[in-house]
Amino acid sequence: MAIFRSRKYIFSKGLDPFFSGVQSAYSFTALFFKEAFKRPFHFREVLNQSFEVGLKSLPLITLTGFIIGIVFTKQSRPSLEDFGATSWLPSLIGIAIVRALGPLVTALICAGKVGSSIGAELGSMKVTEQIDAMEVSAINPFKYLVVTRVLATTITLPVLAMYCSFVGLYGSYVNVHSEEAVSLVTYYQSAFSSISFLDIFTSVSKATIYGFTIGIVGSYKGFNATQGTRGVGKAANQAVVLSMFLIFLEELIIVQVANWIRYF
Amino acid sequence: MEKLKLHTNNTGEAVISISGLYKSFDDLQVLKGIDFSLFKGENVAVLGKSGSGKSVLIKIIVGLLKPDKGEVLVLGEHVDILERKALDALRLRIGFSFQNSALYDSMNVFQNLAFPLTMNRNNLSKPDVTNAVEEVLEAVGLKDKINVLPSDLSGGQRKRIGIARTLILNPEIMLYDEPTSGLDPVTSAEIIELINEVQQKYNTSSVIITHDLTCAKNTGNRIAMLLEGSFLKVGTFAEVFASDNEQIKGFFNYNFIQ
Repeated sequence: MAIFRSRKYIFSKGLDPFFSGVQSAYSFTALFFKEAFKRPFHFREVLNQSFEVGLKSLPLITLTGFIIGIVFTKQSRPSLEDFGATSWLPSLIGIAIVRALGPLVTALICAGKVGSSIGAELGSMKVTEQIDAMEVSAINPFKYLVVTRVLATTITLPVLAMYCSFVGLYGSYVNVHSEEAVSLVTYYQSAFSSISFLDIFTSVSKATIYGFTIGIVGSYKGFNATQGTRGVGKAANQAVVLSMFLIFLEELIIVQVANWIRYF
Repeated sequence: MEKLKLHTNNTGEAVISISGLYKSFDDLQVLKGIDFSLFKGENVAVLGKSGSGKSVLIKIIVGLLKPDKGEVLVLGEHVDILERKALDALRLRIGFSFQNSALYDSMNVFQNLAFPLTMNRNNLSKPDVTNAVEEVLEAVGLKDKINVLPSDLSGGQRKRIGIARTLILNPEIMLYDEPTSGLDPVTSAEIIELINEVQQKYNTSSVIITHDLTCAKNTGNRIAMLLEGSFLKVGTFAEVFASDNEQIKGFFNYNFIQ
Protein backbone atom coordinates (compact mmCIF):
# COMPACT_ATOMS: atom_id res chain seq x y z
CA MET A 1 0.00 0.00 0.00
CA ALA A 2 1.21 3.50 -0.81
CA ILE A 3 0.89 4.64 2.80
CA PHE A 4 3.61 2.19 3.89
CA ARG A 5 6.04 3.32 1.20
CA SER A 6 9.41 4.27 2.75
CA ARG A 7 9.77 8.07 2.82
CA LYS A 8 12.88 9.53 1.19
CA TYR A 9 12.54 12.88 2.98
CA ILE A 10 11.60 13.66 6.57
CA PHE A 11 9.80 16.92 5.67
CA SER A 12 10.32 17.71 1.99
CA LYS A 13 13.08 18.00 -0.59
CA GLY A 14 13.46 21.71 0.15
CA LEU A 15 13.06 21.68 3.94
CA ASP A 16 15.33 18.72 4.75
CA PRO A 17 18.59 20.42 3.67
CA PHE A 18 17.53 23.57 5.54
CA PHE A 19 17.02 21.74 8.82
CA SER A 20 20.16 19.65 8.40
CA GLY A 21 22.04 22.92 7.69
CA VAL A 22 20.66 24.47 10.89
CA GLN A 23 21.63 21.37 12.84
CA SER A 24 25.13 21.37 11.34
CA ALA A 25 25.59 25.11 12.08
CA TYR A 26 24.44 24.51 15.65
CA SER A 27 26.97 21.66 16.09
CA PHE A 28 29.70 23.86 14.60
CA THR A 29 28.92 26.68 17.05
CA ALA A 30 28.72 24.25 19.98
CA LEU A 31 32.11 22.85 18.98
CA PHE A 32 33.54 26.37 19.04
CA PHE A 33 32.53 26.85 22.68
CA LYS A 34 33.89 23.41 23.53
CA GLU A 35 37.25 24.02 21.87
CA ALA A 36 37.65 27.69 22.84
CA PHE A 37 38.13 26.88 26.51
CA LYS A 38 40.39 23.87 26.04
CA ARG A 39 44.18 23.87 25.85
CA PRO A 40 46.29 24.58 23.87
CA PHE A 41 45.44 28.26 23.38
CA HIS A 42 46.88 29.79 20.23
CA PHE A 43 47.25 33.35 21.57
CA ARG A 44 49.76 34.39 18.94
CA GLU A 45 47.43 33.32 16.12
CA VAL A 46 44.49 35.16 17.76
CA LEU A 47 46.69 38.25 17.87
CA ASN A 48 47.72 37.80 14.22
CA GLN A 49 44.12 37.39 13.14
CA SER A 50 42.96 40.38 15.22
CA PHE A 51 45.64 42.45 13.55
CA GLU A 52 44.46 41.19 10.15
CA VAL A 53 40.80 41.97 10.89
CA GLY A 54 41.58 45.42 12.28
CA LEU A 55 44.07 46.43 9.66
CA LYS A 56 41.95 45.19 6.76
CA SER A 57 38.88 47.13 7.85
CA LEU A 58 40.38 50.28 9.33
CA PRO A 59 40.65 52.47 6.20
CA LEU A 60 37.14 51.63 5.04
CA ILE A 61 35.65 52.11 8.50
CA THR A 62 37.39 55.47 8.85
CA LEU A 63 36.09 56.70 5.53
CA THR A 64 32.56 55.30 5.95
CA GLY A 65 32.24 56.50 9.55
CA PHE A 66 33.37 60.00 8.61
CA ILE A 67 30.99 60.22 5.65
CA ILE A 68 28.05 58.88 7.67
CA GLY A 69 28.71 61.53 10.33
CA ILE A 70 28.63 64.29 7.74
CA VAL A 71 25.60 62.96 5.82
CA PHE A 72 23.53 62.21 8.91
CA THR A 73 24.19 65.69 10.28
CA LYS A 74 23.33 67.32 6.96
CA GLN A 75 20.06 65.35 6.72
CA SER A 76 19.02 65.99 10.33
CA ARG A 77 19.75 69.71 10.50
CA PRO A 78 16.74 71.00 8.41
CA SER A 79 14.22 69.03 10.48
CA LEU A 80 15.71 70.30 13.74
CA GLU A 81 15.83 73.86 12.37
CA ASP A 82 12.08 73.70 11.74
CA PHE A 83 11.60 73.22 15.47
CA GLY A 84 14.39 75.60 16.46
CA ALA A 85 16.22 72.72 18.05
CA THR A 86 19.60 72.71 16.28
CA SER A 87 21.31 72.73 19.67
CA TRP A 88 20.09 69.16 20.05
CA LEU A 89 22.01 68.13 16.97
CA PRO A 90 25.13 66.77 18.78
CA SER A 91 22.94 64.74 21.16
CA LEU A 92 20.86 63.36 18.32
CA ILE A 93 23.89 62.42 16.27
CA GLY A 94 25.67 61.02 19.34
CA ILE A 95 22.76 58.76 20.24
CA ALA A 96 22.20 57.64 16.65
CA ILE A 97 25.85 56.87 16.00
CA VAL A 98 26.80 55.30 19.32
CA ARG A 99 23.60 53.31 19.77
CA ALA A 100 22.98 52.14 16.23
CA LEU A 101 25.05 53.37 13.30
CA GLY A 102 28.57 52.82 14.67
CA PRO A 103 28.23 49.11 15.49
CA LEU A 104 25.93 48.39 12.55
CA VAL A 105 28.06 50.08 9.89
CA THR A 106 31.22 48.48 11.31
CA ALA A 107 29.56 45.07 11.31
CA LEU A 108 28.34 45.42 7.72
CA ILE A 109 31.77 46.52 6.50
CA CYS A 110 33.48 43.67 8.35
CA ALA A 111 30.89 41.16 7.11
CA GLY A 112 31.80 42.18 3.57
CA LYS A 113 35.52 42.46 4.03
CA VAL A 114 36.46 40.06 6.81
CA GLY A 115 33.61 37.53 6.56
CA SER A 116 34.19 36.95 2.87
CA SER A 117 37.93 36.74 3.42
CA ILE A 118 37.53 34.09 6.16
CA GLY A 119 35.04 32.14 4.02
CA ALA A 120 37.30 32.22 0.97
CA GLU A 121 40.51 31.46 2.87
CA LEU A 122 39.13 28.50 4.79
CA GLY A 123 37.18 27.33 1.74
CA SER A 124 40.32 27.34 -0.33
CA MET A 125 42.21 25.49 2.41
CA LYS A 126 39.42 22.94 2.55
CA VAL A 127 39.26 22.19 -1.18
CA THR A 128 43.06 22.01 -1.52
CA GLU A 129 43.24 19.57 1.41
CA GLN A 130 45.29 21.96 3.58
CA ILE A 131 42.82 21.40 6.43
CA ASP A 132 43.24 17.63 6.06
CA ALA A 133 47.01 18.18 6.04
CA MET A 134 46.74 19.87 9.45
CA GLU A 135 44.55 17.06 10.69
CA VAL A 136 47.04 14.35 9.71
CA SER A 137 49.88 16.36 11.27
CA ALA A 138 48.06 16.01 14.62
CA ILE A 139 47.07 19.69 14.61
CA ASN A 140 43.43 20.41 15.42
CA PRO A 141 42.39 22.57 12.43
CA PHE A 142 39.16 23.65 14.07
CA LYS A 143 41.05 25.04 17.04
CA TYR A 144 43.84 26.60 15.01
CA LEU A 145 41.76 28.05 12.18
CA VAL A 146 38.21 28.53 13.43
CA VAL A 147 38.58 29.31 17.13
CA THR A 148 41.34 31.86 16.52
CA ARG A 149 39.42 33.66 13.76
CA VAL A 150 36.13 33.77 15.67
CA LEU A 151 37.90 35.08 18.79
CA ALA A 152 39.72 37.66 16.67
CA THR A 153 36.51 39.04 15.11
CA THR A 154 34.71 38.93 18.47
CA ILE A 155 37.46 40.92 20.18
CA THR A 156 38.17 43.34 17.35
CA LEU A 157 34.64 44.34 16.32
CA PRO A 158 33.79 46.28 19.53
CA VAL A 159 37.06 48.20 19.24
CA LEU A 160 36.37 49.00 15.60
CA ALA A 161 32.76 49.94 16.38
CA MET A 162 33.87 52.42 19.06
CA TYR A 163 36.45 53.82 16.67
CA CYS A 164 33.77 54.14 13.96
CA SER A 165 31.53 56.02 16.40
CA PHE A 166 34.29 58.47 17.26
CA VAL A 167 35.13 59.05 13.60
CA GLY A 168 31.41 59.45 12.80
CA LEU A 169 31.07 62.07 15.52
CA TYR A 170 34.14 63.82 14.16
CA GLY A 171 32.55 63.85 10.69
CA SER A 172 29.45 65.34 12.24
CA TYR A 173 31.58 67.94 14.06
CA VAL A 174 33.28 68.91 10.79
CA ASN A 175 29.87 69.56 9.26
CA VAL A 176 28.57 71.50 12.26
CA HIS A 177 31.81 73.47 12.49
CA SER A 178 31.40 74.59 8.87
CA GLU A 179 28.08 76.22 9.78
CA GLU A 180 28.67 77.53 13.28
CA ALA A 181 31.56 78.19 15.63
CA VAL A 182 31.86 75.27 18.03
CA SER A 183 34.92 73.62 19.52
CA LEU A 184 35.61 69.91 19.16
CA VAL A 185 35.63 69.38 22.95
CA THR A 186 32.32 71.19 23.40
CA TYR A 187 30.80 69.21 20.55
CA TYR A 188 31.93 65.86 21.95
CA GLN A 189 30.81 66.85 25.49
CA SER A 190 27.45 67.80 24.12
CA ALA A 191 27.15 64.59 22.07
CA PHE A 192 28.09 62.38 25.02
CA SER A 193 25.86 64.21 27.51
CA SER A 194 22.86 62.24 26.26
CA ILE A 195 24.64 58.90 26.08
CA SER A 196 24.18 56.67 29.08
CA PHE A 197 26.23 53.74 30.31
CA LEU A 198 23.50 51.46 28.96
CA ASP A 199 24.03 52.92 25.47
CA ILE A 200 27.76 52.21 25.58
CA PHE A 201 27.18 48.78 27.08
CA THR A 202 24.57 47.91 24.42
CA SER A 203 26.82 49.20 21.68
CA VAL A 204 29.80 47.15 22.82
CA SER A 205 27.64 44.06 23.39
CA LYS A 206 26.09 44.43 19.95
CA ALA A 207 29.47 44.75 18.27
CA THR A 208 30.74 41.72 20.19
CA ILE A 209 27.77 39.65 19.01
CA TYR A 210 28.19 40.90 15.43
CA GLY A 211 31.88 40.04 15.55
CA PHE A 212 31.11 36.54 16.75
CA THR A 213 28.49 36.17 14.01
CA ILE A 214 30.87 37.29 11.26
CA GLY A 215 33.62 34.96 12.49
CA ILE A 216 31.48 31.89 13.01
CA VAL A 217 29.48 32.27 9.77
CA GLY A 218 32.61 32.88 7.67
CA SER A 219 34.39 29.95 9.28
CA TYR A 220 31.37 27.65 8.98
CA LYS A 221 30.88 28.40 5.31
CA GLY A 222 34.59 28.07 4.54
CA PHE A 223 35.11 24.94 6.61
CA ASN A 224 32.22 23.22 4.83
CA ALA A 225 33.09 24.36 1.30
CA THR A 226 32.83 21.71 -1.42
CA GLN A 227 32.96 21.55 -5.23
CA GLY A 228 36.43 23.00 -5.79
CA THR A 229 37.01 26.63 -6.71
CA ARG A 230 33.31 27.17 -7.38
CA GLY A 231 32.66 26.14 -3.81
CA VAL A 232 35.21 28.68 -2.53
CA GLY A 233 33.39 31.54 -4.27
CA LYS A 234 30.09 30.24 -3.00
CA ALA A 235 31.43 30.00 0.56
CA ALA A 236 32.69 33.60 0.47
CA ASN A 237 29.43 34.86 -0.98
CA GLN A 238 27.23 32.95 1.47
CA ALA A 239 29.39 34.09 4.38
CA VAL A 240 28.62 37.72 3.54
CA VAL A 241 24.92 37.26 2.78
CA LEU A 242 24.18 35.14 5.84
CA SER A 243 26.27 37.32 8.19
CA MET A 244 24.45 40.46 7.03
CA PHE A 245 21.05 38.83 7.40
CA LEU A 246 21.90 37.61 10.92
CA ILE A 247 23.34 41.00 11.89
CA PHE A 248 20.07 42.75 11.00
CA LEU A 249 18.11 40.09 12.85
CA GLU A 250 20.33 40.49 15.91
CA GLU A 251 20.04 44.30 15.69
CA LEU A 252 16.28 43.98 15.84
CA ILE A 253 16.37 41.69 18.87
CA ILE A 254 19.05 43.66 20.75
CA VAL A 255 17.22 46.98 20.23
CA GLN A 256 14.05 45.43 21.62
CA VAL A 257 15.88 44.03 24.64
CA ALA A 258 17.79 47.30 25.25
CA ASN A 259 14.59 49.33 25.07
CA TRP A 260 12.90 46.94 27.43
CA ILE A 261 15.78 47.35 29.91
CA ARG A 262 15.80 51.13 29.42
CA TYR A 263 12.11 51.59 30.24
CA PHE A 264 11.83 48.81 32.81
CA MET B 1 33.53 -12.02 -7.11
CA GLU B 2 35.85 -13.84 -4.77
CA LYS B 3 37.32 -11.70 -2.04
CA LEU B 4 41.09 -12.02 -2.00
CA LYS B 5 43.31 -11.56 1.00
CA LEU B 6 46.45 -9.51 0.66
CA HIS B 7 48.87 -12.41 0.86
CA THR B 8 52.56 -12.19 1.54
CA ASN B 9 55.47 -14.36 2.52
CA ASN B 10 56.47 -11.68 4.98
CA THR B 11 56.16 -13.06 8.51
CA GLY B 12 57.30 -9.82 10.17
CA GLU B 13 55.31 -7.46 12.31
CA ALA B 14 52.21 -6.02 10.62
CA VAL B 15 52.11 -2.24 11.10
CA ILE B 16 48.74 -1.94 9.38
CA SER B 17 46.15 -4.64 9.56
CA ILE B 18 42.71 -4.20 8.03
CA SER B 19 39.93 -6.74 7.84
CA GLY B 20 36.43 -6.66 6.37
CA LEU B 21 36.57 -2.95 5.55
CA TYR B 22 33.46 -1.39 4.00
CA LYS B 23 32.91 2.24 3.11
CA SER B 24 30.16 3.94 1.17
CA PHE B 25 29.18 7.52 0.35
CA ASP B 26 25.40 7.86 0.17
CA ASP B 27 24.34 5.12 -2.22
CA LEU B 28 27.81 4.55 -3.65
CA GLN B 29 29.63 1.56 -2.16
CA VAL B 30 33.34 2.40 -2.50
CA LEU B 31 35.12 -0.30 -0.47
CA LYS B 32 33.56 -3.73 -0.40
CA GLY B 33 35.23 -5.84 2.26
CA ILE B 34 38.92 -5.05 2.10
CA ASP B 35 41.51 -7.18 3.90
CA PHE B 36 44.96 -5.63 4.00
CA SER B 37 48.27 -5.95 5.83
CA LEU B 38 51.38 -3.82 5.64
CA PHE B 39 54.50 -5.28 7.21
CA LYS B 40 57.34 -3.40 8.82
CA GLY B 41 59.87 -2.11 6.33
CA GLU B 42 57.95 -2.92 3.15
CA ASN B 43 56.36 -0.78 0.45
CA VAL B 44 52.95 -1.81 -0.87
CA ALA B 45 51.72 -0.11 -4.02
CA VAL B 46 47.94 -0.03 -4.30
CA LEU B 47 47.19 0.11 -7.99
CA GLY B 48 43.83 0.89 -9.51
CA LYS B 49 41.91 3.25 -11.70
CA SER B 50 40.39 6.53 -10.51
CA GLY B 51 37.35 6.11 -8.31
CA SER B 52 38.25 2.59 -7.23
CA GLY B 53 38.60 3.64 -3.58
CA LYS B 54 42.39 3.85 -3.27
CA SER B 55 42.50 7.27 -1.62
CA VAL B 56 39.55 6.38 0.58
CA LEU B 57 41.55 3.42 1.89
CA ILE B 58 44.50 5.53 3.11
CA LYS B 59 42.21 8.26 4.43
CA ILE B 60 40.59 5.59 6.61
CA ILE B 61 44.04 4.39 7.72
CA VAL B 62 44.97 7.87 8.94
CA GLY B 63 41.55 8.48 10.49
CA LEU B 64 40.35 11.18 8.09
CA LEU B 65 37.36 9.00 7.18
CA LYS B 66 35.43 6.57 9.35
CA PRO B 67 34.70 3.11 7.97
CA ASP B 68 31.15 1.80 7.83
CA LYS B 69 32.24 -1.66 8.89
CA GLY B 70 35.48 -3.50 9.53
CA GLU B 71 38.56 -3.39 11.71
CA VAL B 72 41.47 -0.98 11.08
CA LEU B 73 44.55 -1.59 13.21
CA VAL B 74 47.47 0.80 12.74
CA LEU B 75 50.58 0.29 14.88
CA GLY B 76 48.41 -1.76 17.22
CA GLU B 77 45.69 0.89 17.64
CA HIS B 78 42.08 0.70 16.43
CA VAL B 79 42.00 3.92 14.38
CA ASP B 80 38.22 3.98 13.92
CA ILE B 81 37.46 4.12 17.65
CA LEU B 82 40.33 6.27 18.94
CA GLU B 83 39.66 9.48 20.89
CA ARG B 84 41.08 12.71 19.45
CA LYS B 85 44.16 12.79 21.74
CA ALA B 86 45.12 9.17 21.07
CA LEU B 87 44.43 9.58 17.36
CA ASP B 88 46.71 12.63 17.23
CA ALA B 89 49.45 10.67 19.02
CA LEU B 90 49.09 7.93 16.41
CA ARG B 91 49.06 10.42 13.54
CA LEU B 92 52.46 11.69 14.64
CA ARG B 93 53.77 8.23 13.71
CA ILE B 94 52.15 8.31 10.25
CA GLY B 95 53.25 10.52 7.35
CA PHE B 96 50.64 11.41 4.74
CA SER B 97 51.74 12.84 1.41
CA PHE B 98 48.78 14.40 -0.40
CA GLN B 99 48.10 14.13 -4.12
CA ASN B 100 48.28 17.92 -4.56
CA SER B 101 50.90 18.31 -1.82
CA ALA B 102 48.48 20.43 0.29
CA LEU B 103 51.20 22.92 1.25
CA TYR B 104 49.99 25.91 3.27
CA ASP B 105 49.72 28.75 0.75
CA SER B 106 50.28 31.51 3.26
CA MET B 107 53.54 30.04 4.59
CA ASN B 108 56.93 29.74 2.92
CA VAL B 109 58.76 26.41 2.73
CA PHE B 110 60.50 26.89 6.09
CA GLN B 111 57.23 27.74 7.83
CA ASN B 112 55.43 24.84 6.11
CA LEU B 113 57.97 22.41 7.50
CA ALA B 114 58.42 24.03 10.90
CA PHE B 115 54.66 24.31 11.53
CA PRO B 116 53.89 20.64 12.36
CA LEU B 117 57.08 20.46 14.39
CA THR B 118 56.50 23.54 16.54
CA MET B 119 52.83 22.67 17.05
CA ASN B 120 53.65 19.18 18.29
CA ARG B 121 56.99 19.54 20.05
CA ASN B 122 56.85 22.47 22.44
CA ASN B 123 60.28 21.87 23.93
CA LEU B 124 62.24 22.50 20.74
CA SER B 125 64.44 25.58 20.51
CA LYS B 126 64.62 27.75 17.39
CA PRO B 127 67.99 26.30 16.28
CA ASP B 128 66.61 22.77 16.76
CA VAL B 129 63.68 23.58 14.47
CA THR B 130 65.94 25.19 11.87
CA ASN B 131 68.27 22.18 11.94
CA ALA B 132 65.37 19.75 11.54
CA VAL B 133 63.95 21.74 8.62
CA GLU B 134 67.33 21.94 6.91
CA GLU B 135 67.90 18.22 7.42
CA VAL B 136 64.65 17.15 5.73
CA LEU B 137 65.10 19.72 2.98
CA GLU B 138 68.51 18.22 2.32
CA ALA B 139 66.94 14.75 2.25
CA VAL B 140 64.56 15.84 -0.52
CA GLY B 141 67.24 17.90 -2.28
CA LEU B 142 65.60 21.31 -1.95
CA LYS B 143 67.65 23.13 0.67
CA ASP B 144 67.90 26.19 -1.55
CA LYS B 145 64.10 26.64 -1.58
CA ILE B 146 63.81 27.31 2.16
CA ASN B 147 62.40 30.83 1.83
CA VAL B 148 60.27 30.26 -1.26
CA LEU B 149 56.47 30.35 -1.24
CA PRO B 150 54.63 27.19 -2.43
CA SER B 151 53.15 29.15 -5.35
CA ASP B 152 56.67 29.66 -6.72
CA LEU B 153 57.53 25.95 -6.70
CA SER B 154 57.11 23.50 -9.58
CA GLY B 155 54.80 20.47 -9.28
CA GLY B 156 57.69 18.12 -8.53
CA GLN B 157 59.20 20.49 -5.97
CA ARG B 158 55.84 20.81 -4.23
CA LYS B 159 55.59 17.01 -4.00
CA ARG B 160 59.09 16.88 -2.51
CA ILE B 161 58.30 19.56 0.06
CA GLY B 162 55.06 17.72 0.88
CA ILE B 163 57.08 14.58 1.56
CA ALA B 164 59.64 16.58 3.58
CA ARG B 165 56.83 17.99 5.72
CA THR B 166 55.79 14.48 6.69
CA LEU B 167 59.37 13.33 7.28
CA ILE B 168 60.07 16.08 9.78
CA LEU B 169 57.98 14.22 12.37
CA ASN B 170 59.96 10.99 11.81
CA PRO B 171 57.01 8.78 10.86
CA GLU B 172 57.08 4.99 10.99
CA ILE B 173 54.51 4.64 8.21
CA MET B 174 54.33 6.70 5.02
CA LEU B 175 51.13 6.99 3.01
CA TYR B 176 51.58 8.44 -0.48
CA ASP B 177 48.49 9.52 -2.39
CA GLU B 178 49.26 9.52 -6.12
CA PRO B 179 52.87 10.72 -5.70
CA THR B 180 53.57 10.94 -9.44
CA SER B 181 50.26 12.23 -10.77
CA GLY B 182 50.56 15.30 -12.96
CA LEU B 183 54.34 15.03 -13.26
CA ASP B 184 56.50 14.54 -16.34
CA PRO B 185 58.37 11.21 -16.66
CA VAL B 186 61.70 12.64 -15.48
CA THR B 187 60.23 14.27 -12.37
CA SER B 188 58.17 11.11 -11.73
CA ALA B 189 61.38 9.08 -11.77
CA GLU B 190 62.92 11.49 -9.24
CA ILE B 191 59.92 11.12 -6.92
CA ILE B 192 60.06 7.32 -7.26
CA GLU B 193 63.73 7.45 -6.31
CA LEU B 194 62.89 9.68 -3.35
CA ILE B 195 60.21 7.27 -2.11
CA ASN B 196 62.73 4.43 -2.14
CA GLU B 197 65.38 6.59 -0.47
CA VAL B 198 62.92 7.55 2.27
CA GLN B 199 62.13 3.89 2.91
CA GLN B 200 65.83 3.08 3.31
CA LYS B 201 66.97 6.19 5.18
CA TYR B 202 64.02 6.55 7.56
CA ASN B 203 63.20 2.83 7.72
CA THR B 204 59.54 3.47 7.00
CA SER B 205 56.80 1.14 5.85
CA SER B 206 54.77 2.66 3.03
CA VAL B 207 51.50 2.42 1.19
CA ILE B 208 51.74 4.04 -2.23
CA ILE B 209 48.43 4.81 -3.90
CA THR B 210 48.90 5.15 -7.62
CA HIS B 211 47.53 4.43 -11.06
CA ASP B 212 50.99 4.80 -12.55
CA LEU B 213 52.44 1.38 -13.46
CA THR B 214 56.04 2.65 -13.45
CA CYS B 215 55.61 4.06 -9.97
CA ALA B 216 53.96 0.87 -8.69
CA LYS B 217 56.60 -1.36 -10.25
CA ASN B 218 59.56 0.64 -8.96
CA THR B 219 58.36 1.42 -5.46
CA GLY B 220 56.20 -1.53 -4.39
CA ASN B 221 57.65 -4.68 -2.83
CA ARG B 222 54.11 -5.92 -3.32
CA ILE B 223 51.33 -4.71 -5.60
CA ALA B 224 47.68 -4.77 -4.58
CA MET B 225 45.26 -4.40 -7.46
CA LEU B 226 42.18 -2.52 -6.25
CA LEU B 227 39.31 -2.40 -8.69
CA GLU B 228 35.71 -1.54 -7.90
CA GLY B 229 36.25 -1.58 -4.16
CA SER B 230 37.94 -4.98 -3.83
CA PHE B 231 41.46 -6.33 -4.12
CA LEU B 232 41.42 -8.47 -7.26
CA LYS B 233 45.01 -9.61 -7.09
CA VAL B 234 47.92 -9.18 -4.73
CA GLY B 235 51.53 -10.15 -5.23
CA THR B 236 54.71 -9.05 -6.90
CA PHE B 237 54.40 -6.85 -9.95
CA ALA B 238 55.16 -9.83 -12.21
CA GLU B 239 52.46 -11.93 -10.53
CA VAL B 240 49.82 -9.23 -10.86
CA PHE B 241 50.88 -8.48 -14.42
CA ALA B 242 50.52 -12.17 -15.35
CA SER B 243 46.98 -12.37 -13.93
CA ASP B 244 44.25 -13.92 -16.07
CA ASN B 245 41.61 -11.61 -14.64
CA GLU B 246 40.01 -9.67 -17.49
CA GLN B 247 39.66 -6.43 -15.49
CA ILE B 248 43.33 -6.49 -14.49
CA LYS B 249 44.37 -7.28 -18.04
CA GLY B 250 42.21 -4.42 -19.25
CA PHE B 251 43.82 -2.04 -16.76
CA PHE B 252 47.36 -2.99 -17.81
CA ASN B 253 46.54 -2.92 -21.52
CA TYR B 254 44.95 0.51 -21.25
CA ASN B 255 47.94 1.89 -19.36
CA PHE B 256 50.41 0.49 -21.88
CA ILE B 257 48.44 1.97 -24.76
CA GLN B 258 48.46 5.29 -22.89
